[in-house]
Amino acid sequence: MQMLKKITLVCGLLIASPTVVLADVMEYQFENGLKLIVKPDHRAPVAVTQVWYKVGSSYEYNGITGISHQLEHMMFKGTENLGPNEFSKIIAANGGRENAFTGRDYTAYFQTMEADRVEVSFRLEAERMRKLVIDEAELLKEREVVAEERRMRTEDNPTSLTREAFNAAAFMNSPYHHPVVGWMSDINNYEADDLRDWYQKWYAPNNATIVVVGDVEPEAIHQLAKKYFSDLKPEVTEIVKPQVEVPQLGKRQIQVQAPAELPYLMMGWKVPVVTTAEIAWEPYALEMLAGILDGGASARFSRDLVRGQEVAANLGAGYGLFSRLDDLFLVAGTPTKAHSIADLQQAVMTQLETLKTEAVSQQELERIKTQVVANAVYERDSVFYQAMQIGMLETVGLDWRLSDDYVKNIQAVTAEQVQAVAKKYFIDKTLTVAELVPQTLDGQPRRQATAGGRHGH
Amino acid sequence: MVTRIILGFIGLLLTFNVNAGPKIEHWKTSNGARVYYVSAPELPMLDLKVVFDAGSAQDQDLPGTALLTNAMLSEGAGGQSADQIATAFEDIGANFGNSSQRDMAQVSLRSLTAEPALSKALAMIETVLTKPDFPQDAFERLQKQVLLGLQAEKQSPSALASRAFYSNLYGDHPYASMPAGTTEVVTQLNTKTLNKFYKQYYVARNATVVLVGAIDQAKAKAIAEQLMAELPQGDMVNPLKSVSALTQAKQIDIAHPSQQTHIMMGQPGISRDDPDYFTLYVGNHILGGSGLVSQLSNEIREKRGLSYSTYSYFRPMHQQGPYQFGLQTRNDQAQQALEVMQATLQAFIINGPSDAELTAAKQNITGGFALRVDSNSKIADYLAMIGFYGLPLDYLETFKGKVSNVTVAQIKDAFARRVHPDKMITVMVGDKGE
Repeated sequence: MQMLKKITLVCGLLIASPTVVLADVMEYQFENGLKLIVKPDHRAPVAVTQVWYKVGSSYEYNGITGISHQLEHMMFKGTENLGPNEFSKIIAANGGRENAFTGRDYTAYFQTMEADRVEVSFRLEAERMRKLVIDEAELLKEREVVAEERRMRTEDNPTSLTREAFNAAAFMNSPYHHPVVGWMSDINNYEADDLRDWYQKWYAPNNATIVVVGDVEPEAIHQLAKKYFSDLKPEVTEIVKPQVEVPQLGKRQIQVQAPAELPYLMMGWKVPVVTTAEIAWEPYALEMLAGILDGGASARFSRDLVRGQEVAANLGAGYGLFSRLDDLFLVAGTPTKAHSIADLQQAVMTQLETLKTEAVSQQELERIKTQVVANAVYERDSVFYQAMQIGMLETVGLDWRLSDDYVKNIQAVTAEQVQAVAKKYFIDKTLTVAELVPQTLDGQPRRQATAGGRHGH
Repeated sequence: MVTRIILGFIGLLLTFNVNAGPKIEHWKTSNGARVYYVSAPELPMLDLKVVFDAGSAQDQDLPGTALLTNAMLSEGAGGQSADQIATAFEDIGANFGNSSQRDMAQVSLRSLTAEPALSKALAMIETVLTKPDFPQDAFERLQKQVLLGLQAEKQSPSALASRAFYSNLYGDHPYASMPAGTTEVVTQLNTKTLNKFYKQYYVARNATVVLVGAIDQAKAKAIAEQLMAELPQGDMVNPLKSVSALTQAKQIDIAHPSQQTHIMMGQPGISRDDPDYFTLYVGNHILGGSGLVSQLSNEIREKRGLSYSTYSYFRPMHQQGPYQFGLQTRNDQAQQALEVMQATLQAFIINGPSDAELTAAKQNITGGFALRVDSNSKIADYLAMIGFYGLPLDYLETFKGKVSNVTVAQIKDAFARRVHPDKMITVMVGDKGE
């Protein structure tokens, strides 16, 4: 069956018909709970291997925030059979590129290599799935590396500082309250046993999904996975507590005073996502709405606020419909010199008011739908992105097949639905606003108020 | 088993040869634009780039001109407004982009090849390329945005370091200024200046056209002709003057209220046609170009935990682009980190890499060659580079061989001749707490 489809695809190409044929994605479930998903893509002789674990900053609690990210760093620092950094050296010697990333809902590791090297990835990933060694001295050094990472990304970046304070204000008890990298005082106080416990608890085949996309044959990859992963012992993973965000009972406004040149505005409203929505079409209507506001240079924010009124120097709308917990619909940007943060905020509110009172035009709806269809083609230019989509959906508790349904679900969105979600969710009661208030940049040291409290040094 | 063999055949049909890289076709349009094309029939899309030798290196006394000229193209053309242009591209799902660095100024398009989308996208980009209007109101808006961007640089230690680094590295060479220009100059620019710049540099003989996608060669030829037809033939720009070597070490300290000090260190490096290119590239790969397994990362991050990121790279350009080293670390350990970086470089110049290190580097570069050309967008980037810098068409085919031929002795020799730690620029941006 599979073979037949493949041959059809080749015939199509021989007569130069540019039809996109959906690849045959294969899914395999192992007895120890491990899931393997293989998507063949024969355009180039390469393959990406990604190992996704269902753990990230939203699984953490106060005192150990950022520990998933610290553990991600330690995953390169040695196992029972590999010395520190040896993992990376072996991948490099095989012509590979590798790294890892941690998010709120996932931690993922990846290697891209020529397609006949998938076994190298599997051998090493199987080793560090159950045999990591957390060495005290290595941890102390790597804590410093993570602290430097945090200084670079957050402490010395005023918009990042604002975003962090914004999230902490918007989410009261949801774990989306704290940053993925963790608070500095938590970073400075991880103990080796904290890392060991976290590893033991979450790094097991029954909490992992392996995704391989590239010039591979699924059954061969299945056999390789069997060889390296099927003997690994599953773990009794904890059921993560729901930590459902308490209802927001009124608008929250905060300021961040930090050395900066330009002001910055962030606004966010509480909204459902695909995993939590009671009404299935709502997340797709919100996604459409984000496109109407910010889906390119022809969208309303660019057309009306950056160009027309020239109130924004830049302005974006953000909504991710595939997270594990309820999230925010975000609007963030910088006013032009001639305008204040208040002007920008007012202009955004007026835009949202228009969405509530007037149906969006058919042309706008069609434009976003056309973009979504086109992007589904463009995304196939990257094996990495294709694997990423599959892994992320699986790890937030959804089915990877949803990425195929995404286009269909967006195409079904109506103007009435966009108006309905605008009315329902853009309300002051669940709004959080953060404003970056620039402080002088005269080269003098920061005042205690902005930096002192968080540091162990 | 049978299945796998058949799939293997299919793989060969569908994929580029691992060693040879994609098959590049090259020709010139009737008015002299250089065209580079790779057929990629698998996905129904086209990537198109038009690259002009019209980056900030051509700014002369008015830094910021090239960038604003490039940014203005889509702000009004052929009588159509910025709104109309953006809508024309986005109604059909096409992505338009423009950008301008020191050497290159480019416009790019990604579109579906289905009709009428492709014809509409091409018609619009042709208008943008050949009939920009430089409307006054749009110019004033972009000018304000660039000025705001220049102000924002002052809150970023890495942007501050970068500006000081280039300025001190290049002195009176055109590479000294930043593409975004300066507040003083951008304030004075006007549409007349931009229009003049456009007329001089956005001409066929100064253009490289890149096409990668599901179109045949006849179609690629027609598209390239169509895009260039309305541009005057013009002339290629004159070669830039060469870069003067630094004569002495210099350290620039910039006080900034940050928790980290950003360090940038370096000297003029190599041009795209430098005979030492592959030797220095492979040598630097070992020293600081291979991420977590480089010597710098090993000394600074792995052994001492001093920085999240540390690197060194050559950025080959028309003339000598920078050879740049960098890291960021907590203010109180900046001096220590700088010393480790300098010592690592010194040791490399004296000792060179070990045989094992060179073998590992070659395995990494050649064993991962296919990754460099595994997508249409990466192939398009390579074509732009090959075309713009006039590299040989077999650049990708011979890449692995040239890397494999590099020896330890060649690396030691090239680093001794070309890299001078005693004459480097060092920029440190941070809070010294004095």
